[in-house]
Amino acid sequence: MISTQVVVVGGGPGGYAAAFLAADLGLKTAIVDPEANPGGVCVYRGCIPSKALLHVADLLGEARQAQAWGVSFGEPKIDLGKLRAFKDAVVKRLTSGTGLLAKSRKVQYVQGLGELVDANTLRVKLVSGGEETVQFEHAIIATGSVPVAPPTLRLPGNGDPRVMDSTTALDLPDVPKSLLVVGGGYIGLELGSVYAALGSAVTVVEMTDGLLPGADRDLVDVLAKRLKQTMKAVLLKTRVTQLKPEAAGIRVTFDGEQVGKEVEQEQLFDRVLVAVGRRPNASVPGLDRTRVRLDERGFIVVNEQMRTDEPSIFAIGDVVGEPMLAHKASHEGRVAAEVIAGEKSAFAPRAIPAVVFTDPEIAWAGLTEAQAQKAGRPVTIAKFPWAASGRALTLDRVDGLTKLVVDPSTERVLGVGLVGPNAGELIAEGVLAIEMGANVTDMKLSIHPHPTLSETLMESAEVFFGQATHVYKPKRS
Amino acid sequence: MATDFTLPELGENIAAGDVLRVLVKAGDVLAKDQPVLELETDKATIEVPSSVAGQVREIKVKAGDKVKVGQAILSVESGGGAAAPAAPPAAAKVEEPAPAPSQAAEPPPAAPAAPAEVARPFHPSTSAREGLSAVEGQGRERATESPAPQDREKVVDISRGVRSTAAEPESSGPAAPAAPSVRRMARELGVDINEVVGTGDDGRISIDDVKAHAKRLVMIAKAGATAVGPQAGAHAAAEPLPDFGKWGAIERQPMRGIRRKTAEHLGAVWATVPLVTQYDVADISGFEEIRKRHAKQADESGAPLTVTALAIKIIAAALRKFPQFNVSLDMAAEEIVVKKYVHIGVAVDTDRGLLVPVIRDADKKSLLDVSSEVAELAARARSRKLTLDEMQGATFSISNLGGIGGTNFTPLVNAPEVAILRISRARMEQVFRDGQFVARLMLPLALSYDHRAVDGADGARFLRWVAEVFEQPFLLSLEG
Repeated sequence: MISTQVVVVGGGPGGYAAAFLAADLGLKTAIVDPEANPGGVCVYRGCIPSKALLHVADLLGEARQAQAWGVSFGEPKIDLGKLRAFKDAVVKRLTSGTGLLAKSRKVQYVQGLGELVDANTLRVKLVSGGEETVQFEHAIIATGSVPVAPPTLRLPGNGDPRVMDSTTALDLPDVPKSLLVVGGGYIGLELGSVYAALGSAVTVVEMTDGLLPGADRDLVDVLAKRLKQTMKAVLLKTRVTQLKPEAAGIRVTFDGEQVGKEVEQEQLFDRVLVAVGRRPNASVPGLDRTRVRLDERGFIVVNEQMRTDEPSIFAIGDVVGEPMLAHKASHEGRVAAEVIAGEKSAFAPRAIPAVVFTDPEIAWAGLTEAQAQKAGRPVTIAKFPWAASGRALTLDRVDGLTKLVVDPSTERVLGVGLVGPNAGELIAEGVLAIEMGANVTDMKLSIHPHPTLSETLMESAEVFFGQATHVYKPKRS
Repeated sequence: MATDFTLPELGENIAAGDVLRVLVKAGDVLAKDQPVLELETDKATIEVPSSVAGQVREIKVKAGDKVKVGQAILSVESGGGAAAPAAPPAAAKVEEPAPAPSQAAEPPPAAPAAPAEVARPFHPSTSAREGLSAVEGQGRERATESPAPQDREKVVDISRGVRSTAAEPESSGPAAPAAPSVRRMARELGVDINEVVGTGDDGRISIDDVKAHAKRLVMIAKAGATAVGPQAGAHAAAEPLPDFGKWGAIERQPMRGIRRKTAEHLGAVWATVPLVTQYDVADISGFEEIRKRHAKQADESGAPLTVTALAIKIIAAALRKFPQFNVSLDMAAEEIVVKKYVHIGVAVDTDRGLLVPVIRDADKKSLLDVSSEVAELAARARSRKLTLDEMQGATFSISNLGGIGGTNFTPLVNAPEVAILRISRARMEQVFRDGQFVARLMLPLALSYDHRAVDGADGARFLRWVAEVFEQPFLLSLEG
């Protein structure tokens, strides 16, 4: 039997951040997870492997573009085995690193699946066989989320390997001639981009009238425009009503306004990727033996200290609510660890950045323009088009855009949005500005290095005052 | 009459562009310089401002069209109605998107002030577009919220674009301008960051601001707990004073050092110490006989045997017997400071005010020594020769106003001491004793103490013991 002060159920980026900080704060800590090392979906089957593949996709895209700059590489030859090995090596290196970090901190790693016996006992079915009982003072539930498939997209029996979810798609079984991506969210678009770069003819189908709900439309428009070139088709306001495996491929039936006119009702695809969403994974057995409560959407209910209704049990990450993002989970995990250690900590961020790693990338943080409008909150928008950025011109990528959402009375920066190469890296400055309560003048007066894309943030602030060096757009009086 | 607005020269080598958005619609009242198109050229995305003003009659392009320089974009009715010429200056002055369409289907507003959105101070250059995207936004929202297949209800399609990244989309006011480290400090101190007044640029809140706010809260809480704050007790300045001169002649005198000090000190004591007073009387007929018998002898030694001197000796013994009266409270450290020494303060009335010289180690001095020391200190007090040192370090005080008269009064402890003995003038009283009334000299005693340090029963025991020793002073030698 293991007796510990803190047990973290789930070793993803939220779980292991919580466990490591708990150990650093002097608490005896254990992690329970079925994988060999801490990392979770993010490191094993999500953020990290997909980024390795997207890096290759970007390279392929640039190599193609290089012809216009007088450099030709010829048609790329893709060794899928080697590409898979590269991706797997990245994952292996990262997870063995987290494993080592756990060891150095004396965090006990229990490889298995936990079941709550009561509010202080966890029974773990070990991967190596047998059972282990963990007596704990506090537990942190960090079991994350799982992909969902609506009934219409499920195939009877064990399904068909040609109908993939994000996990199987990351395994890169082959490069299909044609691929249908169901879902215009970030997972569908990121993985769709990978396959498109590798040579698949990719069709994206999205039920609503736009890609990436939640992001401001002016940012999404820039991406949508580029996807028109890299994807075979993007079908909006269109629904998949049936998937039928046939010898020649998966026969897909569509429904929607354009179906029967511009879009054929039935089409055959070599593979289908279903990426319509994820749901919280609150199915820890025995949770019902505690006072832990779920809301109507299946999230564990917690307060801002990450406490559930059961005093000994905390919960963090995807399983407690949106946005389902690794960095939000890590932050929540650290809050939970601090609270358990007796600190007066709370989860109270002003901005949680979101990044879509497509080409171009989209990133935003804080208040979006759409949210401001929905809330009836007056804001001033300042935009800087990358066509006026010297650095963007040298990259031959002038389609980007940087925007600030500003409070008109205090001139504080409430939100930042970006679309363009490296938007994901650039957004961090926006997060810091929002958290620090910076105003537009602060951004304007901070010298940004030239020539970089980061200057677009400074120049957006200048646009706010109608004084941008590289944009002539005087403020009307 | 109708005037066409054509795409103007946009810059070097720009001959055409793609219309991204049309920012006005038919019926809108257009001001000069108001953006009408968002145009994407191969150089940049630009807003095209109108060079004409008037009511838009017809839009001749739509999103997605390619337009060339010189091509007609829209036509306006200029100089027609009275409303049109009036509109542009109004719209420009208010910096508001006068023609922002609140709903696409709404009939064109007659005057620019109509739609609700106009009230919002959107940036003028983007305002028109905000109106348009608001319409789009509604449509999008409907699409997103519509429950598709039933199974989807539980599906959080977060992967399809992350939602609600802002921590404050619902709140209308801006959040307090404080960095995460400052907000954390506030949380640790139990301070609501939104109540802290920032002293930095634009009201930015620093860690020092949070600490100062917390300190103020503690002060207020303290004052609230004792009904009157120490500050208020000392200065009584909270209430405005009336004009006393209305009712007769007055003179304003500066508060001198001792008076001011006394006022501040006693005000603070009154505000912070929960005070209890107990009363008793002691039969000092026996002591009076001894005193009279030895009066001549004592006078010769220069140290008259007084009730005060006896009281000092009795209290010194009592403090040894009841050490819980020989303490101070350290509320901040949550500790009781027990003193291993006995120094008795004696209140002395002087023409400069109340002074309290201290008899050190009173428990180790003889009654005669104490008597002469009291006499000497009192004389020095009245001749203003006491040093500060001689007035510090008392563990208990005695106030004897018997020389002046009166029957009873409630003394205030001289904090941080926790108790004080008050003596009034002794008087002959009828006392029923051994079946008959006899005349006895009775001394009224009062003991005030800080109820935080001393329990009521202990107070009663202490004072009773003191009274008994007054009655039979030889007990002193037994108690040592």
